[in-house]
Amino acid sequence: MSRLTIEASTPLCLLQDAGRFGVRHLGVTQGGAADWCSMSWANWLLGNNLDAAVIEITLGGFAVVAAEDCLLALAGADLGAQIDGQPLAPWRSFKLGKGQKLLFTQPLLGARAYLAAPGGFDAPKVLGSRATVVREELGGLDGMGLPLAKGAALSYRGEAVLLREVPLALRPDLKANAPLDLVLGAQIGQFSGQSLFDVFNTTWAVDSRADRMGIRLLGSALHYQGQPMISEGIPLGAVQVPPDGQPIVLLNDRQTIGGYPRLGALTPLALARLAQCLPGDRVRFTPVMQERAWQTHLNYLKSYL
Amino acid sequence: MNPRIEVVALDCLMLRLFDEIAEANMPWMLAASERLRALFGEQLIDLVPSYTTLMVHYDLTALSPSQARELIAEALIDLSPNARKAGQCHVLPVWYDLSVGPELSLLAERSGLALEEVIRRHSGREYQVFALGFAPGFAFMGLVEEILAAPRLNTPRKKVAAGSVGIAERQTAAYPVVSPGGWNLIGRTPAKLFDRHRDGYSLMQPGDTVRFEAVSHAEFINLGGDDTPLEARA
Repeated sequence: MSRLTIEASTPLCLLQDAGRFGVRHLGVTQGGAADWCSMSWANWLLGNNLDAAVIEITLGGFAVVAAEDCLLALAGADLGAQIDGQPLAPWRSFKLGKGQKLLFTQPLLGARAYLAAPGGFDAPKVLGSRATVVREELGGLDGMGLPLAKGAALSYRGEAVLLREVPLALRPDLKANAPLDLVLGAQIGQFSGQSLFDVFNTTWAVDSRADRMGIRLLGSALHYQGQPMISEGIPLGAVQVPPDGQPIVLLNDRQTIGGYPRLGALTPLALARLAQCLPGDRVRFTPVMQERAWQTHLNYLKSYL
Repeated sequence: MNPRIEVVALDCLMLRLFDEIAEANMPWMLAASERLRALFGEQLIDLVPSYTTLMVHYDLTALSPSQARELIAEALIDLSPNARKAGQCHVLPVWYDLSVGPELSLLAERSGLALEEVIRRHSGREYQVFALGFAPGFAFMGLVEEILAAPRLNTPRKKVAAGSVGIAERQTAAYPVVSPGGWNLIGRTPAKLFDRHRDGYSLMQPGDTVRFEAVSHAEFINLGGDDTPLEARA
């Protein structure tokens, strides 16, 4: 049943879920919400499975009109959302009455907002997921990997629940500039001493060359001194260093294997924060051990209980 | 073999088995793959094999990093090459022609061989599928004869037709869908390499073997091939 009609969209507005798993050995990328924390909160607000299909709106330019009374939820970036001109802050569920228009104008804080519906938005599962990967022509409303387009109808089957907000203490702080946790990888010792110092003691600027495959960072050039690598599997959040010495953090739509040396990989929590950064934002890295990062992650997952 | 277990991410470990690309690695890689899948069971999220490595992405809510490491170590005990249960063998029909494989002439020139000889040599060998990557169903195969090896194009094409068969260094591959690409193209296969409706999705899986079979233009068309000539170099 159609409940919402898309009035405006951009190629950066995509249906996403947690991503596609069990198919990486076939060269199929992960996909899924770039900020998984905010996607999970949007679903949490409605009592959905945390990985139910949501709409990822990057930077704004998206609008829907309700075909009937709806109860939806919004989390993540503040993209200047308005209901019929009235501001709507994220981290809450809200009513959108029949005929009302929800519009995302421009980024006020963060880059990616997540709009959820009771039970998740309807779409066919393709290779086990509804995540849209345009390059691979997989997922999305029709399963063919298309971005959400003006005129398309959105439907869902869940029942409306009570209105609620994400408690303040649990909301990810998109303003925070705490360093990003980096789990050190096997090639870390093969970068020059100066490079290692620079990685953790200088700031890195988010480049405009940033998409769902990767975010390029600008700063001092890093020098890898090891042997050339044979292509191997690349994890989510990998920080790879191509020959120009400028690191690229790999996101959800990354290629599945690659041969650039890596400093390691951002933790999922750090990656979710980076996914909310805009070009020009500055970030720092801090090293973290795998076991410690794992504990932190498990603790964070408890906040959704 | 020189196995090492390395940290790659919060919930990923790399099992590094070899230091060089070789066809002889494959029975070991297959055996290790099978053992890891069996030992991790439901706790395995993804296993990403490449030429010399297996990346294990496991469920971090079920296993600690040290438990995952122990499972990998266990997979290595008494590991023996799996020659018995080799992968499938595929025959890929290829229409080798300059209109769809413009680098045939370049390879002939580099090697000093006649066009027909380049084709005979490329199709006269059985290749291993080392890894899938770059795009869904894109299989990195090898090794092609040294004399046919050629570096990637300096400027990759913006658009390579689906089914295009190419060579880069000593590897060969076929593009499952239209994509950008820098491999030396020598022909085109009508085979559907990736199909979301097929069981297993990808025609080729790591560990499979592949032979290319030269077919005529008429056979290529009969098999459903699209003979649209490659667009001029971008």
